[in-house]
Amino acid sequence: MYKLLLCWRYLRTRWIALASVISVTLGVATMIVVNAVMAGFSHEMQTRIHGILSDIVFESHSLSGFQDPQWHMEEIRRAAGDSIAGMTPTVAVPAMLSFQVRGQWVTRQVMFIGIDEATHAAVSDFGSYLQHPENRRQLSFNLRDGGYDTADSQAEGPGPSRPALGGAGWPHRRMRVERERIWQKRLEEQEGAAAGRAEPTRPIDAQVDAVLAATGDEAATAAAPAPVTDAGTEEAAPQNPFATARPEQGRTMDPATEQFTGVVPGIGLASFRDSKGIDRFLVLPGDDVKITFPTAGTPPKAVSDTFTIVDFYESKMSEYDSNFVFVPIAALQRMRGMIEPETGIASVNSIQIKLKEGANLDEVRNRLRGAFPAELYAVSSWRDKQGPLLSAVDMEMAVLNILLFLIIAVAGFGILAIFFMIVVEKTRDIGILKSLGASAAGIAGVFLGYGLFLGLVGAGAGLVLGLAITWNLNQIRAAVEWWTGQTVFDPSIYYFFKIPTIVNPMTVTWIIIGAIGIAVAASVLPALRAARLHPVEALRHD
Amino acid sequence: MTEAHGHGPLLSVHGIRKSYRSGGGRLDVLRGVDFTLDVGDFVAVVGQSGSGKSTLLHLMGLLDVPDAGEVRLAGSRIDHLPATRRDRIRNTAIGMVFQAYHLLPELTALENVLAPLMVRHGVIEWLRTSAAARDTARGLLDRFGLGQRLRHKPRQLSGGEMQRVAIARALVTRPQVLLADEPTGNLDETTGAGILDAVCELNRRDGLSIVLVTHDASIAHRANRIVRLTAGRVEQLEPSAD
Repeated sequence: MYKLLLCWRYLRTRWIALASVISVTLGVATMIVVNAVMAGFSHEMQTRIHGILSDIVFESHSLSGFQDPQWHMEEIRRAAGDSIAGMTPTVAVPAMLSFQVRGQWVTRQVMFIGIDEATHAAVSDFGSYLQHPENRRQLSFNLRDGGYDTADSQAEGPGPSRPALGGAGWPHRRMRVERERIWQKRLEEQEGAAAGRAEPTRPIDAQVDAVLAATGDEAATAAAPAPVTDAGTEEAAPQNPFATARPEQGRTMDPATEQFTGVVPGIGLASFRDSKGIDRFLVLPGDDVKITFPTAGTPPKAVSDTFTIVDFYESKMSEYDSNFVFVPIAALQRMRGMIEPETGIASVNSIQIKLKEGANLDEVRNRLRGAFPAELYAVSSWRDKQGPLLSAVDMEMAVLNILLFLIIAVAGFGILAIFFMIVVEKTRDIGILKSLGASAAGIAGVFLGYGLFLGLVGAGAGLVLGLAITWNLNQIRAAVEWWTGQTVFDPSIYYFFKIPTIVNPMTVTWIIIGAIGIAVAASVLPALRAARLHPVEALRHD
Repeated sequence: MTEAHGHGPLLSVHGIRKSYRSGGGRLDVLRGVDFTLDVGDFVAVVGQSGSGKSTLLHLMGLLDVPDAGEVRLAGSRIDHLPATRRDRIRNTAIGMVFQAYHLLPELTALENVLAPLMVRHGVIEWLRTSAAARDTARGLLDRFGLGQRLRHKPRQLSGGEMQRVAIARALVTRPQVLLADEPTGNLDETTGAGILDAVCELNRRDGLSIVLVTHDASIAHRANRIVRLTAGRVEQLEPSAD
């Protein structure tokens, strides 16, 4: 009983010991905050990675792919049992994306991915990253008649502003066509005035030029372009533009009412964020782009075609957002020559597999690896695909935790030193307790208990402080930014609008246990010293 | 004051030797001391400074172990027992009072008196017995005139008050023997006389067996017997002046 009483009294009368506890408090608070932020970032990143990748990717090594995805999917289902929730075939090829910005061609290296618009959303979160609310519900490669989000739909709070997307879609396309018609008309007038002059560079591709040339008379009589906001209501909705996406040979299309095959590029390919947090777009849904990609067969030949942007996706993983362009799989198979003319059986080069909730990712992957020859097919989970990144983050977290734990260890040495001091100061009291019949273990218990108390106080205060900081991190960030005038957390770099935090109770528990453990461990040596004091010498101590 | 005699020996030492290392040499403090305290007896141990009287008291109180010889309590040898057993005996059978009072500065007067009982009991047992213990402790402090100072810390008490708290602490366990080491050494004459009266009364009225170490012959004469230590040996026994 005296141990408790003395611990309590020492705790209340020895403020120096409490000062040593502050370092434990700060260490615990720092670890909680850093772990919460790291876990938040890590979780956010994994969600992003996983959002675009399905659980398991089954792919061929060759660019030409493998035939008959239906048969493969049945085999996969047989091999993996009932842990598969959904599958969709895709074709992915490296490609070049080119578009014109103010008369200059911009070319980007991309991964061109053919997806099945009906089933792809079922295997990944792809759908939820799109900019049109209708497309988020069900992806369509048809251009929408306006209604694109002008603010980030994924931001919980004020995200970046995207005013340019307000006019995107058919209104933008019609306005552009109008503008080009007027431009064309002026050109022709100038040509008529000064014949023989060199033709200026035309802002859109030759196909559209041809169309414009054919419909030049119409353009001359057309009214001035309608304002963007009114365009949607004034003009009739285009009649099933997908059906006419690829005009039959020999027929010209009207770009104001028809589109090419739709594509969904990553938002990073087409936009940049300015210093005010507003996203500026180089191209918009409704614009046409050229994509050059290799055909199937040996050797592959490069072919080019024109596509119409129908939406952007934004996974917030810049690696994907500035690299992937999605297109209907059937169109890509046809253009690449992946459909066998006699049988009509198409090839694909990968199958995206989504597993049921709770299925073991690695186990299913290993079963599939066992079922298909490794020389022909590569089976990898989404974690494998980003293995180096994920393990780097894990490593970073582990190293950071070790370093931070050293802070608490330093605090432990502080406690050790202060405890030795207290033992010396309390030598006579120890002698008195021994003369009253206190055992060596009991004396050691006083100081171990004291260490435990200090650890509890330090860790408890650290817990409160750490959680308070974590839960108000974004307010604190805002306050620091206001105070210093410096941007602490730039959303344009991270694609997050607030610092993500996840407080993992397990981690917090371990931090607390570790801090208390260190405080107790630091008091072991002083406690042993106290226990071994000779009672007579202790009583004589001044 | 002889009615308590004849109950046999309570605490005895036989052939006790104790030496300390000091400055490279050996200092023989006790060189074969035999001494017996009978039940209900009141013995004063006198001697010059450095004669080994405090060491003898520490050995009897099991605060130290002899180099040779034995310590017996009620006939059984206790000096060679394991440390925890000796701690237990010290807690239950022996009460000690020191010249420098040796109160715990963090605790109040009442808590200081209760300290031996807290040392004895775990938390649960303490909660069960604390009410009775508090009554006992309050009774003792009342008896020594400290009923109004229960919540005072040692530094708020005078020397005489601190020593009375220390005596109350020694008695709260109802020990078989009280070992007092110069209990009046730090006090002025009047206060010291009051403390001495209280100690004497413990022997006379309560029949408590007492060993009192002092260098003051006038104090020693209040005891039933006087044992003189000279150069580590019992030099002579002389009857009390009473």
